[in-house]
Parts: sequence; C-alpha cells; structure tokens
Amino acid sequence: MLDIIRQPWSWYMGGILIGLTVPTLLLLGNKKFGISSTFRQICADCFPANVSFFKYNWKQESWNLFFATGIIIGAFIGGTLLTNPNAMRVAPETQQVLQQYGITDFSKMLPTEIFNWSSLLTLKGFIFIVVGGFLVGFGTRYAGGCISGHSITGISHLQLPSLIATICFMIGGFFATFFILPFILSL
Amino acid sequence: MGNIKYLIVGLIFGVLFVKSEIISWFRIQEMFHFHAFHMYGVLGTAVTVGVISVFILKKLKLTSLEGQPIDYEPKVFNKGQVIGGLIFGVGWAITGACPGPIYAVFGSRFTVFIIVLLSALAGTWVYGFFRDKLPH
Repeated sequence: MLDIIRQPWSWYMGGILIGLTVPTLLLLGNKKFGISSTFRQICADCFPANVSFFKYNWKQESWNLFFATGIIIGAFIGGTLLTNPNAMRVAPETQQVLQQYGITDFSKMLPTEIFNWSSLLTLKGFIFIVVGGFLVGFGTRYAGGCISGHSITGISHLQLPSLIATICFMIGGFFATFFILPFILSL
Repeated sequence: MGNIKYLIVGLIFGVLFVKSEIISWFRIQEMFHFHAFHMYGVLGTAVTVGVISVFILKKLKLTSLEGQPIDYEPKVFNKGQVIGGLIFGVGWAITGACPGPIYAVFGSRFTVFIIVLLSALAGTWVYGFFRDKLPH
C-alpha cells in the first residue's frame, strides 16, 4: 500500500481529488476554495499600514490560513515520508529545451540550478525567485483570484469572469514561456 | 477549534499537490510547451469534478455541516481579471507555482520558496496600496 502511495499519482487521481476539494469545503462550512486570499489576509494581519484594501474582517476568513498551514505540513509529509523513491520523469522534449540553458538536473521537482539560496544573489535567481513571486502576488490579487479561486472554484460555479481570468492566466504563461523565459534563462 | 478541520483538508491537499507533481516547475514548463498532457489532465479533471459536484450540491439544496446554505457570490467582470490575469500568468510560468504550490514547494523542503512567498506578499501589498489608481 505504502509503495503505491509513494509512486507519483496519475493526472486523473490528482484531478479528481483536487476537484473534490470544492464540495468538501462547501460542505464543511460553506467555504470557497481559493488560496491567493491568504496573501491578502497575511498583509491585513501583519502590515495593514492603513491601506483600505487591508481593512476588512480578515479574522472571519482565518480558516484559509489553517488550510495554507495544512498544505505546508502535507507537502512536508509528501516530500519526506511519502516521497517518490525514483527521479522525476520530465518529457524528453522539455529536457531538450531546458538543456540549451544549462539545466541538467531533472531528478527533483524543481531545477536546483535556479531555485537555491545562493542563486538568490544572482540576477537570474533574483528574477526567478523575487520578481516571479512578486508578479504572482500582484497579479492574483489584481485578478481577484488564482487557479483555485477562479479556474477551479469560479468555473465550478459557472462564472464567466473566472473563465476569462483563466484564459488570461494561460495567455500570460504562454507569453512568458516563449518570449521571456528564453531571455532570463540565458542570463 | 472549528478551524482544525480546514488544517486537515489542507494537509491532505498538500500531500496531493506533491504526489501528483503539480508543484513541479518542470510540469508547468511541459504544459506551456505542449510537451505533456499531465497538467491539462489534472486541471481539466479538477474543473469537471468541481462543476459536477457544485451542480449536485445546488440541486439537492444541501447545507453545510454548520447549517449555512451553500451559496456563491457571483464574480463581477472587471479589467483586473484581464490585466491581473496576464501578470499572474507571467509569474506562474517564471516561478512554476501558483499560490497553493508556493506553500507546498516550501513545505517540501525547497526552503528558498519562503522568499517567493514573501515576494508574493509584497506583490499583494503593492496591489492593495495602488488599488485605487489601477484600471478596474
């Protein structure tokens, strides 16, 4: 049993369980699955600085912070006790593209050449880690949600704005992949 | 105490994020290069299951365990979903992580992701600060 859990899970297993999070949270307490809201809550809690956007009853939404804490603990378990004993299997075409930019270690979830503490001090690492994170935080709040809030929850409730947001997420991602990443990966 | 159940759902979710490899920067790259079906499969299945289950919950007019009716405040379209959506998309391709995976990557011991998280908080804060001046 443990051996089966340790193998990477298939896309349908992952997809079904993620999809079931929507009704689970609704049934537990009429909660809307949406993770980027936690960023707003942490800002409201720690650095409200009299910005009106951060003056709201965030304590009422604190369930979301418990949810995020759970994700961190669960991911720790998934990455240690239940970790896949074998290396990742990245599509050969993707490996080929990335090898041109000096990425050679495909065994972990992330390219360790880019995402490590010492690369943080290089321009390349700074863009991937700091600028990238900033765009995620800024963009999700501006869009009013992320993959969980718009693409999964919003579309589950048949919201057209969420479908539009999702299409824009994808367009932004394709644009960055083909026009921005080749440049920053070469730095 | 009532919030502990959400911690448990989050915990299961964190395991799931790691095990289905959606926290992987490489999987996101495969998706945007159309080199693999994996992420499209995960997201497509998740949305399908979500749509069906919300339809059933509404049809049966179920209430939550705490007795609230299950409702949804409709999203209102504004330009933010387009502009913010495009900006997030760029950040998603660069970091290989949307907000949930940011927590999960950090939890799976890529400790440098605490900096991605802090940067995302900074991005959210800057949005909040300039909100009134941005087109919506």
